[in-house]
Amino acid sequence: MSSGGHGSATDRRLNALFRHLSSSARMDPQQLNSIAASPTSANQNDSVFSHVVRAPEDPILGVTVAYNKDPSPVKLNLGVGAYRTEEGKPLVLNVVRKAEQQLVNDRSRVKEYLPIVGLAEFNKLSAKLILGADSPAIRENRVTTVQCLSGTGSLRVGAEFLARHYHQRTIYIPQPTWGNHPKVFTLAGLSVKSYRYYDPATRGLNFQGLLEDLGSAPAGAIVLLHACAHNPTGVDPTLQQWERIRQLMRSKGLLPFFDSAYQGFASGSLDSDAQSVRMFVADGGECFIAQSYAKNLGLYGERVGALSIVCKTADVAGRVESQVKLVIRPMYSNPPIHGASIVAAILRDRDLFNEWTFELKAMADRIISMRQKLFDALRAREIWYIAGTPGDWSHIFKQIGMFTFTGLNPQQVAFMTKDYHIYMTSDGRISMAGLSSKTVPHLADAIHAAVTLVS
Amino acid sequence: MAMRSLISERVSCRSSVLGARWMSSWWRNVEPAPKDPILGVTEAFLADPSPDKVNVGVGAYRDDNGKPVVLECVREAERRIAGTANMEYLPMGGSVKMVEETLKLAYGDNSEFIKDKRIAAVQSLSGTGACRLFADFQKRFHPDSQIYIPVPTWSNHHNIWRDAHVTQRTFHYYHPGTKGLDFAALMDDIKNAPNGSFFLLHACAHNPTGVDPSEEQWKEISYQIKAKGHFPFFDMAYQGFASGDPERDAKAIRIFLKDGHLLGLAQSYAKNMGLYGQRVGCLSVLCEDEKQAVAVKSQLQQLARPMYSNPPVHGALIVSTILGDAELKKLWLKEVQGMADRIIGMRTALRENLEELGSPLSWKHITNQIGMFCYSGLTPEQVDRLTNEYHIYMTRNGRISMAGVTTGNVGFLANAVHEVTKST
Repeated sequence: MSSGGHGSATDRRLNALFRHLSSSARMDPQQLNSIAASPTSANQNDSVFSHVVRAPEDPILGVTVAYNKDPSPVKLNLGVGAYRTEEGKPLVLNVVRKAEQQLVNDRSRVKEYLPIVGLAEFNKLSAKLILGADSPAIRENRVTTVQCLSGTGSLRVGAEFLARHYHQRTIYIPQPTWGNHPKVFTLAGLSVKSYRYYDPATRGLNFQGLLEDLGSAPAGAIVLLHACAHNPTGVDPTLQQWERIRQLMRSKGLLPFFDSAYQGFASGSLDSDAQSVRMFVADGGECFIAQSYAKNLGLYGERVGALSIVCKTADVAGRVESQVKLVIRPMYSNPPIHGASIVAAILRDRDLFNEWTFELKAMADRIISMRQKLFDALRAREIWYIAGTPGDWSHIFKQIGMFTFTGLNPQQVAFMTKDYHIYMTSDGRISMAGLSSKTVPHLADAIHAAVTLVS
Repeated sequence: MAMRSLISERVSCRSSVLGARWMSSWWRNVEPAPKDPILGVTEAFLADPSPDKVNVGVGAYRDDNGKPVVLECVREAERRIAGTANMEYLPMGGSVKMVEETLKLAYGDNSEFIKDKRIAAVQSLSGTGACRLFADFQKRFHPDSQIYIPVPTWSNHHNIWRDAHVTQRTFHYYHPGTKGLDFAALMDDIKNAPNGSFFLLHACAHNPTGVDPSEEQWKEISYQIKAKGHFPFFDMAYQGFASGDPERDAKAIRIFLKDGHLLGLAQSYAKNMGLYGQRVGCLSVLCEDEKQAVAVKSQLQQLARPMYSNPPVHGALIVSTILGDAELKKLWLKEVQGMADRIIGMRTALRENLEELGSPLSWKHITNQIGMFCYSGLTPEQVDRLTNEYHIYMTRNGRISMAGVTTGNVGFLANAVHEVTKST
């Protein structure tokens, strides 16, 4: 027997054995033998997960991890797409603070479970926001909208539904796209192919390549479309190009799955940024839409988003919604209430909504001015090439949204991180939202050094 | 506008340019899904116009007026948070502070495992999210393993492991005859399962039966599971809610830890902090050493990233504000005790009422069972009668949420139950 007190692990096991032997006659000798013989009753305490190896850092979120570890006073985080003020601080919008106060002061509010599909008012308002208040699809009750965990959650739930109920299990994603897209779709059970999108030579859209690749996709395939402010490139089709894409997709019965993470953030106008989606819905066809409020309402960590599925009929929409619930229930049961309540409070109130549009435009304008400042700073340093190829850096202000796809290669990026403490993803994407007038010169210096010294 | 005419022109050419597929939906073959057996009860309740309706369906706490409760400690925490915190993304593994406090609750304030950094832990979307993350993790790293699930259990457990594509088996748990634990059969099932199986255990206040093993029984279960090299996964959704004392309610876990199990654990703040809709919880896996804990945590994050990227911040802030402040934590413990006490009081009241009505059946199990639920023993047909004739809503397995019972409705409830069972 152990001497009491806190014995060793071996002592504890012996104790358990003795306790068991003495406590009852239930154990017969045969059972004892089978226990002793079991390979897992050996002395070592092997974990069943000892074969698990450490996973690599997420390529995007890992940038912030590395940035946080860096002690340099001049470090700059241009990795994750989170808006920063001119002072480099995170921003909570005024309308959000007001909405939060409303919620806190309302003692009648409770924290009960939301329904599986989330906050009903939030769902309705979100559908109106992306589709337009006068959308016939909404009027005809053909849209089912469910609250999900921001853009990621909306994509994952939509993709799981498709993997179960759609006859085509392939999704085409643009080349390049947000780093998390392939994993989301693969884990949902879809297989992932890509279509040409970005043209490194022009630093613009490879429209011909896009049309060819979508044109040769099997009928009915799912196609992921960035509604606006393509991530990571910032390159968007023009309205005329969107129209051609729409026609092609409808003629082949390709199913559009929109990822709308930047509505209002791209041009500064909520309606303009929704044009691509509304174009597809206006033709009466079906589509999926994942909406995020992470950036445009600054609700990042609250995880607020919505999945809308536009169907042909109200009856179909009802059945589809019931099946989407079966995807959600075994994943997290029902979505978090706080962020959705904030959004609903803002969208339903005319004054708060208007105030939001001003704050949104201010954020978009600051980013546009950063684009201009960076461009001017690079011109001033007379940098006329990028990764070994001539370039006038005009793509900085031609691209739209939070990110600039600089065209820098991974070696140049690594150099900028090591020597200038600039943190960005290795594909050369920088978050303009992380820049300020004060830090633009440092970035311009780093880029200058990178293109001069590293190839 | 140019845009509109562009579209209407195309739309008018629709049927000629684009095929017949246009005309019908991709989803015409989608069947309407059955309603969730638990959440569907509340939907039906809400739709009922009767003024006397009683909801003893879903497990959400109600005060003695039948009203939902926001704990005072939560209100205070929210007051402190509002206007101060920013809403930046949490790391994929969630709030470090919240996870730290949560592990202390389960593993003990001075747990050597916490000190030695041997626990891989991530913030999760309440209990459901923790179970799902673990199930996905189990599938990824033990693809051929199976999970043993007690009969009965919370219905969503089956959905979770099914969607994670893990093979399910069951083990005996509830004895309908005694309305208690079927201990002998449970032990047999543990012994007969192939070595190294995964077992799902309810740490306290078993849902839906309210039947928990005694401390002695837990010790034997622990011993047998260790002998077979099984992996114990605990779902602890009611810590504090069962006895009123969180330390006491963690007894089973502490027994297993003492016996050297490298267990897994899902924790939820939905009930014990009343944070239902905030979706706050934690998944932890005890590992051999710190290095392994780092590896396991990184893999759990790999599963969270393509599901929701990172967990919601608000609920986590409430938890860490409360547990990180001595006064608020004291208040919380008092409020948890209060909730548990009210439920224990309602159990006594319901049982006494039924006995006073002269029911021919034994209702001892109402007070023997523990936690939010009472497994009444009512048949589905009897439950239907309660709903149709008395507007009393519960799940068809006869599970009564005691949290929905009040001094105002306990007499009515007892009477109705007596009426539908007296000729049994």
